[in-house]
Amino acid sequence: MRAFTYERASSVEAAAKAAASNSQARFIAGGTNLLDLMKLEIETPTHLIDINGLGVDKIEGTQEGGVRIGALVRNTDLAAHETIRRDYGLLSRALLAGASGQLRNKATTAGNLLQRTRCPYFYDTNQPCNKRQQGSGCSAIGGFTRQHAVVGTSDACIATHPSDMAVAMRALDAVVETVKADGSRRSVPIEDFHRLPGDTPHIETVLEAGEVVTAVTLPPPVGGKQIYRKVRDRASYAFALVSVGAVIQSDGTGQVAVGGIAHKPWRIATAEAELPRGAKSTADALLADARPTEQNRFKIDLVRRTLGAVLTEARG
Amino acid sequence: MSKMHIKLTVNGKPVELLAEPRELLIHVLREELSITGPHIGCETTHCGACTIDMDGRSIKSCTVFAAQANGANVTTIEGLGTPDGLHVLQTMFKEHHGLQCGFCTPGMITRAYRLLQENPDPTEEEVRFGMSGNLCRCTGYQNIVKAILAAAAELNAVKEAAQ
Amino acid sequence: MQFDKPATTNPIDRLKVVGQPVHRIDGQLKATGRAKYAYEWHDPNVPYVYGYPVGAAIAKGHIVSMDVSAAKEAPGVLAVVTALDVGERKKGKFNTAKLFGGSEIQHYHQAVAVVVAETFEQARAAAALVRVEYAEEIGAFDLKDAMKTAIKPKDVGGAPPDTAVGDFDGAFKAAPVSFDATYTTPDQSHSMMEPHASIAVWDGEALTIWTSAQMIDWWRSDLATTLDVEKEKIHLMSPFIGGGFGGKLFLRADAVLAAFGAKAARRPVKVALPRPFMVNNTTHRPATIQRVRIAAEHTGKITAIGHESWSGDLPGGQLETAAMQTRLLYAGENRMTAMRLATLDLAEGNAMRAPGEAPGMMALEIAMDEMAEKLDIDPVEFRIINDTQVDPEKPERPFSHRDLVSCLRLGAERFGWSDRGRPASRREGNWLIGLGVAAAFRNNLLVPSAARVRLDHEGVITVETDMTDIGTGSYTIIAQTAAEMMGVPIEKVVVRLGDSRFPVSAGSGGQFGANCSTTGVYAACVKLREAIAQKLGFNSEDATFENGEVRSGNRSVPLAEAAGSEGLAGEDTVEWAKLADSHQQSTFGAHFVEVGVDIATGESRIRRMLAVCAAGRILNPITARSQVVGAMTMGVGSALSEELAVDVGRGFFVNHDLAGYEVPVHADIPHQEVIFMDETDPYSSPMKAKGIAELGLCGVSAAIANAIYNATGVRVREYPITLDKLIGGLPDVT
Repeated sequence: MRAFTYERASSVEAAAKAAASNSQARFIAGGTNLLDLMKLEIETPTHLIDINGLGVDKIEGTQEGGVRIGALVRNTDLAAHETIRRDYGLLSRALLAGASGQLRNKATTAGNLLQRTRCPYFYDTNQPCNKRQQGSGCSAIGGFTRQHAVVGTSDACIATHPSDMAVAMRALDAVVETVKADGSRRSVPIEDFHRLPGDTPHIETVLEAGEVVTAVTLPPPVGGKQIYRKVRDRASYAFALVSVGAVIQSDGTGQVAVGGIAHKPWRIATAEAELPRGAKSTADALLADARPTEQNRFKIDLVRRTLGAVLTEARG
Repeated sequence: MSKMHIKLTVNGKPVELLAEPRELLIHVLREELSITGPHIGCETTHCGACTIDMDGRSIKSCTVFAAQANGANVTTIEGLGTPDGLHVLQTMFKEHHGLQCGFCTPGMITRAYRLLQENPDPTEEEVRFGMSGNLCRCTGYQNIVKAILAAAAELNAVKEAAQ
Repeated sequence: MQFDKPATTNPIDRLKVVGQPVHRIDGQLKATGRAKYAYEWHDPNVPYVYGYPVGAAIAKGHIVSMDVSAAKEAPGVLAVVTALDVGERKKGKFNTAKLFGGSEIQHYHQAVAVVVAETFEQARAAAALVRVEYAEEIGAFDLKDAMKTAIKPKDVGGAPPDTAVGDFDGAFKAAPVSFDATYTTPDQSHSMMEPHASIAVWDGEALTIWTSAQMIDWWRSDLATTLDVEKEKIHLMSPFIGGGFGGKLFLRADAVLAAFGAKAARRPVKVALPRPFMVNNTTHRPATIQRVRIAAEHTGKITAIGHESWSGDLPGGQLETAAMQTRLLYAGENRMTAMRLATLDLAEGNAMRAPGEAPGMMALEIAMDEMAEKLDIDPVEFRIINDTQVDPEKPERPFSHRDLVSCLRLGAERFGWSDRGRPASRREGNWLIGLGVAAAFRNNLLVPSAARVRLDHEGVITVETDMTDIGTGSYTIIAQTAAEMMGVPIEKVVVRLGDSRFPVSAGSGGQFGANCSTTGVYAACVKLREAIAQKLGFNSEDATFENGEVRSGNRSVPLAEAAGSEGLAGEDTVEWAKLADSHQQSTFGAHFVEVGVDIATGESRIRRMLAVCAAGRILNPITARSQVVGAMTMGVGSALSEELAVDVGRGFFVNHDLAGYEVPVHADIPHQEVIFMDETDPYSSPMKAKGIAELGLCGVSAAIANAIYNATGVRVREYPITLDKLIGGLPDVT
């Protein structure tokens, strides 16, 4: 690992400012993904700004009747929080479906959103990867792609976003709150927060240099049956082949996001409108533009089937 | 690169040392402090062999910089019990044969220790879920689960007797 | 000791300690984190430094040039040693791919340099600065392509690659019912929890090395060859090993790099292989393609059985002996087996737990299930109908002891086999439920093994042998053996293992370790008993060793007293005469599995498992059971998730970490039960025991595959049986 200097930031503003003044600086919170990337020199910051002391680690109600989740709330605490379990069960379930107890103890809300793909070629620094080194090529395309994206892909990248939490956040219409280096604040709907790979797969979110995520807010509870179904090869501690996060109302309408199939949690308004008509038409609309590989074509069928199981469960 | 002055409490004892910011907590524990119970199986958070208890929570010490642990209270397998005074979990792992090669065992027991603090009377399913970040390639897990459930029963019996 | 006649009654048969459920004598150390593995011989007073390896970035070709200037100038760096620096080296006898040295690159992540620095992170950072220019060559990475040019090797570990009895083709064609299918098994990773690691310390020309080795003497010899030093100058130790499964049988790069690094840096050097290196730098179980043909009469009697297997390895390598068990397992007058070796430029393929039988049974035992269905005969009965008590290729050779039928019958009864219905006939909620069975079979191998046993003036028995304990329980069963032989409680026995100063043992491999190493200890104890008897003037034939005393006639003497201040010692080696020529020695069992398959997603989850094992005397039911349960668990991974994914274009295993290579975790493993048949095999050794650690893996994956078929009606012949191979055949749920 490359050497770096380390500081603990004392306020959000100070952190943003420190990061803006040093293009080689990175924030560190839980560090569960960043450390592994640094060990491999996929990330090579010369300076780390530890933001664990910023105090943005509370879960509180919003004026609108929703909930604001501090960026540093640990995944363990978020999953266990009474309000989340009661009103946003989908989020709690998605969190518990991800990683392991030890990782959830460290991983933060913002860090979870910002984690990078688990594409094995991204992690093998001997192999070309546009996400790791822009313009070097994609070695996944034509390689081992069973886990990779089937929709929203580009000729430059077919990686997926690995988060379970983000799928729930997407289905629940979360909004990401940030502070920019100049101290200004903005709110980014999660729909716009993650980017598709396009020609610039190395740029994964709309965050600017030095911009700090301070919180994620959820709108007022929407009720309904909230289901997170993660499909994987082993019963625990594995990334999703496909996951479905859904809120289904008694009239059959609802909100649904899918994980494991794209560079970001996948949710399509026109597909959602098909929900009352069932899983097949919903899945067809979700995956209308899918470009699977030979190895991951099964995900098309798997999304349809998993969604079918989720809708059956919601009805039951 | 300059080193940082780091203060830790490790297994109840205050420790001060100098470390580069890039040094991982697991390396500092093992190489600087000769606390070699926590093992390195993968160094990428997948295997759980490096599990320790930090400020009352289970973490994987391969994925924490020692600099981040500055000021923390750390417990490793060495702090749970000694060969002459085993922790109940250690006794149960031994008696129920919850170990073979023993490499995953310190992480397994340290994780189980915190699991039972958080959930003193877990079901088998809760144990399996709670332990799912700790891999073992020898035992098939069954005896590990048995050992943890037996330790929970023993600890609860002691607690009841005390009340 | 020559073991040349079947064992008769001997002191082991007392079974006061042997055969008893004795807790591991190393349990205390391991449960407290105080067992020291290779990387942990940490003496705070020794100035250790750290070596970090650099692996080849290409799969095949040559190094054109290396630039280590930046690495050498990096902070803390003490030495950089490259493959070009050390040049071509002699290769160890047991290595197929070279470990380090010269410009040729034979496989991805082959070691090309080691960087030694004051701290681990300095070494890792500097290693990333090593620049290598390669001339890449086209390699062969796809077994399906390479099998077309596969060759027939001269021999396969002393056996012929092909066998033929009767007229297979004629009988196959003539049979009223016949079956022909091809199966594939993937490359697999040992994935033991402890990475390969070594500490090397030079003192002049003498090298002390702590490492993680299953076979002390093989490692020591091959390290001497590779370093070009005298074997006697190397002191190699491996007292605790964090799992092996075959991955630590042969000298590995960490030991070589540590030795070269320590020499160059003139400091003690620690090297651990990073986890990804364990996949592409070391060995793995090679993938196979297997064709099985079975023909039978309507009664179920097999008239023809054929098994062909293809696997690949680097040039000079060996094949996976996947057809071997088919020579012995079932009767049938007309038979053929053939094994072929293709050239592949992936990392070296080599032994992983139950080499040959593990993948071979994965194919054969699905085929038996398919054939039973075709015959409309219960698969348990079909196997029983075709049991044989003699080597079916050489009927004059009986099995020394074979109780497969009892394993199947008892297992079927205990498991509730009669509840099994037609395929896809049982559903509970969202789960399709199915039962599956397979036979278990693994040969019993015999390897020379030596030990030294000392008695001291306190009556303590110390056993020294270079045998290793890779988690198997060697410490404990060796202590039990010595305690039984010498008539002392186990607390009076000290066992010291894994040190090249001790007599050369069988080592840990091929499930021969337990039987052979305890027999070596038995032999040494016989010598010690003779020495004691002789000193006391007893006739050793009449002397009884019991309760810490030796007794002859009316006279009895405490062992401590017999030892005197000097103590007494016995040392011997067991060698195996030709008993195995006249009698085939194998271990047998039956696996029963119940699975649930999610009707929507095709996720398969194990619900319960039972193994019934017939493997001679069980030396310790606790450690033996644990071996079987662990093997069954590995079989779950093998059936459902474990596959090293080959990038057939770039030539390497892509999923080279424990997230991508999915071994079972707590939640994947349900209720498991093991039953041991109460038996002894006097042909195997004076211990009358046979191996068990690999038997538990052989067949279990096929039992799972068969259960999945029974649950779903979907037959998958390509392992692992992942959901993508099932969902196309599952009912519509949308």
